[in-house]
Amino acid sequence: MSKVTFKFDGKKYKGKAGESLATALLRNEVLHFTDSAYRDRPRGVIGLGHEEPNALVYVDSGAGEPMIPATVVPVVEGLVARSLSGAGYLPDTRDHSRYDKKYKHVDVVVVGAGIAGLKAALENAKVGKDVVICDEQDRPGGHLVHLGQEVPAELLAVLNLPNVTYLPRTIVNGLYDQGYSVAIERRTDHETSKVSKQKARIRTWHFRAQQTILATGAYQRHLVFANNDLPGIMLSHSAATYVARDGVDVFKSAVVITVDNQGYRDAIRLHNAGVQVNAVVDCRQSASGPAVDAVRAAGIEILFGKTAIDACAKKKKGTVKCVNVGNLDGTESACIDADLVAVSGGWTPTVHLATYIGVKPKWAPELAAFVLPAATKWLSSVGMVAGDFGGDDSPAIFFGPAQTEEQALSAYVDFQRDATLRDVRRAIKAGMQSIEHVKRYTAIGTAHDQGKTSGTITMGLIGAALGKAPDEIGSLTFRSPFVGIPFAALAGRERGQVADPVRRTPIHALHEGAKAPMEDVGQWKRPWYFPNGKEKLHDAVLRECAAVREGVGVMDASTLGKIDIQGPDAAEFLDRIYTNMFSSLKVGASRYGFMCGVDGMVFDDGVTTRLGENHFLMTTTTGGAAKVLDWLEEWLYTEWPDLKVYCTSVTEHISTVAIVGPKSRNLIAKLSPTLDVSNEAFGFMENKYADVAGIPARIARISFSGELAYEINVEAWYGAHIWESVMREGKEFGITPYGTETMHVLRAEKGYVILGQDTDGTQTPMDLGMDWIVSKKKDFIGKRSFTRSDTARAGRHQLVGFMPVDGQVVIPEGAYVINAADAAKPAPVAHTGYVTSSYMSAALGRSFAMGMLANGAARHGEQVAIPFGGKVIMAQVTEPLFFDKENTRRDG
Amino acid sequence: MLNIPCPWCGPRDETEFHYGQEAGVAYPENRDEISDELWAKFVFYRANPKGWHAERWVHSAGCRRWFNVWRNTINHEFGESYKPFEPQPKSPA
Ligand SMILES: [Zn+2]
Repeated sequence: MSKVTFKFDGKKYKGKAGESLATALLRNEVLHFTDSAYRDRPRGVIGLGHEEPNALVYVDSGAGEPMIPATVVPVVEGLVARSLSGAGYLPDTRDHSRYDKKYKHVDVVVVGAGIAGLKAALENAKVGKDVVICDEQDRPGGHLVHLGQEVPAELLAVLNLPNVTYLPRTIVNGLYDQGYSVAIERRTDHETSKVSKQKARIRTWHFRAQQTILATGAYQRHLVFANNDLPGIMLSHSAATYVARDGVDVFKSAVVITVDNQGYRDAIRLHNAGVQVNAVVDCRQSASGPAVDAVRAAGIEILFGKTAIDACAKKKKGTVKCVNVGNLDGTESACIDADLVAVSGGWTPTVHLATYIGVKPKWAPELAAFVLPAATKWLSSVGMVAGDFGGDDSPAIFFGPAQTEEQALSAYVDFQRDATLRDVRRAIKAGMQSIEHVKRYTAIGTAHDQGKTSGTITMGLIGAALGKAPDEIGSLTFRSPFVGIPFAALAGRERGQVADPVRRTPIHALHEGAKAPMEDVGQWKRPWYFPNGKEKLHDAVLRECAAVREGVGVMDASTLGKIDIQGPDAAEFLDRIYTNMFSSLKVGASRYGFMCGVDGMVFDDGVTTRLGENHFLMTTTTGGAAKVLDWLEEWLYTEWPDLKVYCTSVTEHISTVAIVGPKSRNLIAKLSPTLDVSNEAFGFMENKYADVAGIPARIARISFSGELAYEINVEAWYGAHIWESVMREGKEFGITPYGTETMHVLRAEKGYVILGQDTDGTQTPMDLGMDWIVSKKKDFIGKRSFTRSDTARAGRHQLVGFMPVDGQVVIPEGAYVINAADAAKPAPVAHTGYVTSSYMSAALGRSFAMGMLANGAARHGEQVAIPFGGKVIMAQVTEPLFFDKENTRRDG
Repeated sequence: MLNIPCPWCGPRDETEFHYGQEAGVAYPENRDEISDELWAKFVFYRANPKGWHAERWVHSAGCRRWFNVWRNTINHEFGESYKPFEPQPKSPA
């Protein structure tokens, strides 16, 4: 391995390329990595991989990382990192790395390339199955990699089989139903030579597998005793690996505290690497096996029936100086010097992925561990996670010694959350007995490491306190992701402009040219208003409204949802869908309709035109198009298969340009010289076919403002041409383009509701004062609900107008309305309604609003109060119609 | 992510589907005659079992057709799927 230079907390260090940052820092005698998040306790590294709770870093170099354990950061030339105290932060620089995704259907996904995983992969590959092996380390072997041992060649050969895909540095982060798993492959952070910009830094894999095999191994646990968090107190397997495999030589002397034979194996590794092991302290009364014999042969003292009670720190450095060893009940303790205290608290199998889909791990007392139960239809496990520990560990079920209240205060259970034995005791004293409650009370297991090392310990401690086995106080449940990952990895290439589809009308470029700010309506971009130079929204809207009421305006209405409905039963179908009658509609005529759910509540509206005897064109709200098409098809498929009707979305086939205002007749006459535009020949709600600016068009006399208006419908790609022609030919009439805001004001002045703004799925047509739209002659969806007691009762919330007493005040939309008599009372008082639409009106010369009011139809003339932001706005209740009450303007 | 068996297209990812409602809830024929209570049962009441549940789904980003399928609400296992108006197969339980 080549030597490289890296920076940590502003200081330069040398390391070996490819080793972990934790290894490199230990080699450089950095034992105190950081201070803990809540109690500022000095902390060092304790683990080897993603289980690490303490040694979190922020990476400045490369693409950066907001928070990641130093144990999984590969050292490369130029690495810059700094320590974090529990909380990361997002870099403010832009990440230019590429992230991508891959989807793969596969026979078998094996999670983990340890011996058990490789064996399982080989068995499946041999019978011809397509196998993917994901492994978090940079080379196969799992535990053998920690031991620095080679994988047997016959097992290694599996990786080269043509039907096997081996993905190193790849963490399976989520497991979902029916064999779906998501894995994160880190592809460039470890590379020492310059990385191509084309190469994705992280690839997110989505697998759908017939079989998923978990060979995820296990993490070592620590023990809970006073000051067990001092730097220099480490998990024994990690410590031995840093020392024996990586040649970290900062520890001169060590004491091993163990509950199983793993501690002996690690003691021998430390001893063989030249560390003076002062004692192996075993909480069991006796032990046997090759590792125990080896420790004896090496002349290392073994203390049975004892454990760590406390630990002391070196004054200046703050790292461990000695460990206080005594009986399990805390008595007869004495200090043993050591600058490494290696703790083996038993193994915790990595069961996380299985618990994501509801598998409950079972307690195996002979292993002192939760292991996965037998296989399900598509999920199985092998190796340690399945309870196959393969050794002679015979662990004690032991999580820590008896501790005084004083000692419990610094006996850490979850390092990352700074949660102690005292916190667990307090939770139990407060009456909590389930792990789910204690977890929430103490925050144990809720940090970035999700309690990888602390989960089983917590259950053990609660169990010990209550005299129960760990599995009697609940079960371990985890949530994906298994490790933290950048959002960028999940987004892949769907960032920025392509994060979500954007829908633009064929006229969009002209709106942009006119510098119209855009409003998002669903995925559509719609012009909000068309400013004159530096004009702001308020002034632009007043000007646009006045232009429409006095001259002529033009609006791009292409975004309205359009559904082409054809078939011999189309008219009958619409009669069942809409509250009003459509079978009586003449060919060439349009009608406005309401749709209700079976509950009788209005859910969409629009104008539908009869293009032929068996052919209709339905328009829907801009945001409701997909929902309405689904609704129509659901009824056709599931209730009325006998009706011969076909529905097709044609929203994007047609461009619609609406010219609106008293002068719109002059303009359409100019644009379409062959068209008879007289009111007698071309009446309200009628359609005519004629050329407009040389293009075949369907012209509809439809109005959403109360003004004389014509909608020009052409094949979509002529939209821009029509708009340009309207602007050019309309100049002499003062043509004024307007956006959604003006459209909203104009319709509100006429009391026309916008579904989804003035309604929320709890209004009948009658609540909106639109009894006229409900046919008495036929049945339709929702009709039966109108006679239900609640729907038919008097006093429901009904649509009304609210006229502020001060006509300069615009009531905030969404504000609650209270009775005037309650205005002076201290809050809270009951509300009697709410405001749904509110604007300043050019035509009225004042503000106005609409909304729902309890028994509103009977309260016209009454005064109400609208408390908002510490003030009270007084308003008069009116009918929801504010302008041209006699409807004199629509025919020009 | 669920893997849902469309009776026309075969098993596909959940993202292609939309859930409808409990399968086999008939739109009452004699709507004007039935009591408010019976009508409310149709409008508002649906089974919510722990276990096997017959459901109506639509393959909205696929063939756009509606179908019914058994699903286990405990572990999301799917049973047989069947087309509208086909007789309901027995619960897998
Ligand atoms: Zn399908």
